This record gives sequence, structure tokens and C-alpha cells, in this order.
Amino acid sequence: MRKMLSLTALIGGLVAASTAQADITIGFVTSLSGPGSSIGIPYGRGIQAALEYKNEVNGEKIKLIQLDDGSDPSAATRNARKLIEEEKVDLLIGTATAPSTIAMMAVATELKVPMIAVSPVIGQPNPADQWGISVPQPASLLVKVVADRMKRDAMKNIGYIGFSDAWGDLVYNGAKAVETVDGIKVLTNERYARVDTSVTGQILKVLAVRPDAVLIGGSGTQGALPLLALSERGFKGKTYGTVALVNPDFVRVGGKAAEGIQVSAGPVIVAEQLPDNHFAKKLALEFRAAFQKANNVPTTDGFSAYSFDGWMIFTSAAARALKTAKPGTVEFRKALRDEILSTKELSGVHAVYNFKPGAYHGVDERALVIVRLVNGAWTYQP
Amino acid sequence: MTADIAAILAIDGIATGAVYALVAIGTVLIFTVTRVIFIPFGDIAAFTALTLAALDARQIPGTVGLVVVLACMACSMEVTSLARAGELRAVPKAVLGYLVLPLIVVGIVWLTMRFTPPMPVRIVLALLLIMPISPLLDRIVFRPIADASVLLLLTVSVALHFALVGLGLLFFGPEGVRTEPLTSMAIEIAGVHVSGQTVLILTAALVFSGLLFLFFDFTLIGKALRATALNRTGARLMGIRPARAGTIAYLLGSLMAGVSGILIAPVNTIFYDSGFLLGLKAFVGAIVGGMTSYPGAALGAFGVGLLESFASFQSSTLKDVIVFSLLVPVLLWRSLASQHSEEEVEE
Repeated sequence: MRKMLSLTALIGGLVAASTAQADITIGFVTSLSGPGSSIGIPYGRGIQAALEYKNEVNGEKIKLIQLDDGSDPSAATRNARKLIEEEKVDLLIGTATAPSTIAMMAVATELKVPMIAVSPVIGQPNPADQWGISVPQPASLLVKVVADRMKRDAMKNIGYIGFSDAWGDLVYNGAKAVETVDGIKVLTNERYARVDTSVTGQILKVLAVRPDAVLIGGSGTQGALPLLALSERGFKGKTYGTVALVNPDFVRVGGKAAEGIQVSAGPVIVAEQLPDNHFAKKLALEFRAAFQKANNVPTTDGFSAYSFDGWMIFTSAAARALKTAKPGTVEFRKALRDEILSTKELSGVHAVYNFKPGAYHGVDERALVIVRLVNGAWTYQP
Repeated sequence: MTADIAAILAIDGIATGAVYALVAIGTVLIFTVTRVIFIPFGDIAAFTALTLAALDARQIPGTVGLVVVLACMACSMEVTSLARAGELRAVPKAVLGYLVLPLIVVGIVWLTMRFTPPMPVRIVLALLLIMPISPLLDRIVFRPIADASVLLLLTVSVALHFALVGLGLLFFGPEGVRTEPLTSMAIEIAGVHVSGQTVLILTAALVFSGLLFLFFDFTLIGKALRATALNRTGARLMGIRPARAGTIAYLLGSLMAGVSGILIAPVNTIFYDSGFLLGLKAFVGAIVGGMTSYPGAALGAFGVGLLESFASFQSSTLKDVIVFSLLVPVLLWRSLASQHSEEEVEE
């Protein structure tokens, strides 16, 4: 009898599971542990906020499956395969670190499932076989907006110090790329590791070229280390950075040394200070409310907003794709991809998105504003 | 490079080296007494910094939970093994040592955190909370395999490090911390600016090494530890219990790691996983000292600090490569110069 009961329960469960298949299934991978977790956790909270904000498209419920990749590209690959082959997801969203995202993108392309990357992806996709797009502002654009500001502030000689990893390279290459056009010169290329205890040696080298301003290619809390070393050595010039520094712990750790730094960031960071006619204002405030409701904490970062924008791109594309195919089918995946790649003038909280085959990124300079740290708070600098 | 820059780099390197030296001496201490290469030692230092930061933020640090759980596990293991051996009379003492004492520490922290204690008290609390962790880990993880080969002990130690890093993420979260500076004083020596924190780090390293020297040469427990380090079997025959010697070594070592954690917290951002590189660089220092000599380990650690500082000026990208490449010639020289003792055969 008992065996019978459990068998019925099993079959019941299977039936329930297979009816659930009719929903749109989303596989979400992020880094809840490992070195990428300081941004992976906000990504996870952002997706919860997005689900809270909109959990169905044209009456079809959305089912979200979240996995942790431990900041490890091979785990991200395994997760992507598992989500596609076992859970039959219609779309992948992920993940916190760039190497893992690139690994997932390879799986998505191989198994022909659309993917929305929430980290920057570098490179040129093959337009005929492109299955993914990337939400964040590319590093080159982040740096270009900062470089324009440096030019406006009449800075000429720039010292650079950043992480000795892919992020440090991205910011440095971005700065080098605008060098010729904007008349600014990047004179140093100093690097430090995330776990370093001191950057005195590097800062001495930066100061040796007598820069007007210093550009920081770090992120999060450890991005404050060069600023502290600079103020210790009595540096009086301006400092610049990118959105990777926008983080409450950076402000706390940096303290006085970080005051006055100008960074390029998505408009969501300063949502309430934006003029009323700014495209991101209304949605950003709605996003904040949804985030508070889903996580019971206020938003303090820009990363969670990338997940949210990814979700906006997906829901708008899914609404159009549902007209041609049913979720859970190969046709739907293909339709979803085509619709994502033909997104036009979609306003998110970070940017206005336009995608087309042949490029991962679909944002322009509207996606960035310059904010300055004043008395421990980021203020909008029009 | 001008003389000015060289001086600044040298001071920076000595300060970093002093932190490594404290950890390196602790590593050597534990290795000689228990034959365990205690990889999680850097984690202990990082946990102290994180604990202090949590106390500064008026939160109960995650270390409290860790100590409680470890104390319960260690106590039940000790009581079970005593009961099996039929030594029921020793049970109350074991409960006192493994459960009550750590819980008293936790209780003190819990009670004091209701008032907002001043900075020195918070530092003492952080050290008190950190001290029991290594001895409890020793009881739970290493005591049952105390007679295994050095290689097995090392493997277990590496595994323990990964477990602690995971727990660190759970307890302290992914973001780094930086505590209030202990002093904002600054002095000038021959035209070079030296911060008070640097002086403090250096003083602490010298004081603790000195205390350790006095402890080993002039106290009975110190002598017992040295005897255990020299020959476990012989020490046992003389009535010294290697298990107790191990516990004392772990307590002392934790104190050293804790102090280095507190000293480094205001000058560098400490993450839950920062301990590994700290421990590894200290380990390079300890290797230079042959894993047996305290002055050797301290000198090695200062060497690593200086090398790191100058390497970061010459080529910031290759800095760690330079530091760890130092291991190769040192290991070659060590293995060619020293006599091999067949330690496994001896017992």
C-alpha cells in the first residue's frame, strides 16, 4: 500500500513537473561563492527584484532556476549544460565574472539557446550564429565617457593603476584607445593583485611621471587601496574611475582619500537626482521598490540593475516571440533569439538598448553619467 | 630609482615583512611541535581582522558561531574517547577545557558588546575569540591522526583551509573590511616619512619574537615544547604529553596570527579569503628558515616583504612571480645542504 502511495506521489510529481514545462523557464547562473561573490550576490538579488517586478509574459508564467558557479568557469559550463539538457530552459542569464560568462556563452552557442550576459563579453560574435548579447556598458565606453570628462577638466597627463587581471586590462586598453583622439596621455601602466597588502611601489612609479590625474582600474573595496596610498603620499590631483568602484564598502574603506573621485556609471546609481525627463528615472525608482520588496534591503550597487535590465530585454523579446512559438520548443528558442537581437530603443534602468546581429553590446553614451563622491555620497554631475 | 624611493620602498617592505614574520614564526612553532604545516594560519589572521571589523561595527561576529560549534564538536569527541578508554574521571576536566572555557569567552564577548567598549577592549575581545579556534581544530582534525605522515597532515591541513575559507564567506560576507587605524601618528627619519602604524607593526613583531625567545628559554612549558619539537617519543618518555604541548603551540601560534591580523587590518583591506596569500608568503619565509629556526623564519619573512616591495616597483605585473620564484633556489640549496633524516623510520 505504502509503495503504491509513493508511486502515485511520484507520478503526480512528474505530471506536475511536465505541466510546469509549459511555462517559460529561465536558467540563471551567478557567483554566490568564491572571489566573484561580492558582485555575484547583487546579481542574484537583482534577478529576484526583476521576478518580483514582472513574473509573467502575455499570461505565461516565468519559472526561474538559479545556480551558483562558485566564480569558476568550469562550474559555469557545467551549470549551463545542466540547465539546458536537464531543465530544458528557454533562456540563460549569467554570470558574475567575465571568464565564466564567456564559457557559458560557448555552451549557449553550441546548444542553440539564447543567452543574456550580465557581465561584459569581449570579442566579435559571428552574426550568422550569434546566440547571446551582453547587458553592461562595455569597458571601452565606460572609459571613453571618463576620458571625455578628463578632457573637459583640462587634464593632460594621466597615471594609470589597476588590477593585474582582465578588468585592469580592459580599463587600460580603453584608456589607450581614446588617447590619440582626445589629446590625453596615459603615462603609466601599474598593476596590483586583489589580495595585495601594499601598492606603495606602484604609486611611487605613478607619481614619478607627475600626472595631472590618476585613473583607477580596480573594483569594489580593493579599488580604494591606490587612493589611500595616493593620499598618503600627498597627491593633490584629480582621480577618476569606472562604475566598478560604486559600492558602499568602497566609500567606507576609502573614506577621505576617496572623496572627489569621478566615475562613469549607469544612471540608476543616482536615480533620484536625475532630471524628471531622463529615460531611466521612472523605471529606476520602480526597480528600487521591487528590490526592496524582494530582498528586504535597499539597493546600493549597479550590478543588480544589470540583471534587472537583462530581464527587461528578455520579457520584451518574449512577448513578441510568443506570437510565433510555444515555450519549451526549439522554435521558441530561435524566435526568442531573433527577437532579442532585434531589440529597438528599449529603456532600461542603465541604458537604452538596441541590438543587432554581429555585436554583443547595444548601448550608447546615454547609458552613462558622471558621478562624483561628495561627503560619502555619489552625486550626479551633469 | 633614487635613494628616497629606495628608502620608502624599504620601509614599506619591512612593515609588510614584519606581518609575514609573525605568521611565519607561528607556522614554524606549530610545525616543530606537532609536525603539522598549518596552512589555515593566514586565515586565522584574516579572521581576526574580520572579527575586529565586525566588533567595530557593533555586530556579533560570525566567529562566535564558529567557536561554539567547534567547542561542542571537540568536547563530544574528547568525552567519547575518554569514555572508550574508561577514564571517566578525566571527563569533567575535558568538558571544562573544551566546552566551558570557549563558551566563557563567547559569553564575555556577548555581554561586553551590549555596551560599546573602547578600541583596546575590542582588540582584546577579537584576540580572545580567535585564540580557541586553532586548538579546537587541532582536537577535532589533527589529534585523531597525530601519528600520520607529514604529507598526510599537510593534505588535511590544505583541506581544512578550504573549509575555513567557505565558512569565512558564510560568516563575514564577500566584502572586504578595513578597521580604524590604531594610531595616526607619523614620524620622519632622515627625511623619510614613516607612519606610526609601520612602527607599531615592527615593534609588535620584535616584542612577540622576544617574548617567544624568553618563553622557550626560561619557562618549564617552553622547555617542554622544545623537547616535544626535538623528539616526540623521547618527550613522552619524560612525562611530557605531546597533545598538551600541541594545544599550547596552537594557542601561542593563534595569538601571533591574531596580532598580525589586527596590525594589518588598518593598512590593507582584508577579505574572507585574504588569508591564503598572507599565509603562503609567510610560509615562503618559514621555508627560508628551514621550517625549524625562528630567527631564520623571521629573516626569511622580512626578505619576502622587501623583495615584494622592490619587485612591485620594478614590475608590478611580475611581483608575485618574483616572490614565489625565490622558493626554487632556496629549496635547491636547502635540499643539497641539509642532511636527510629518515623521520618516519625513527618512531
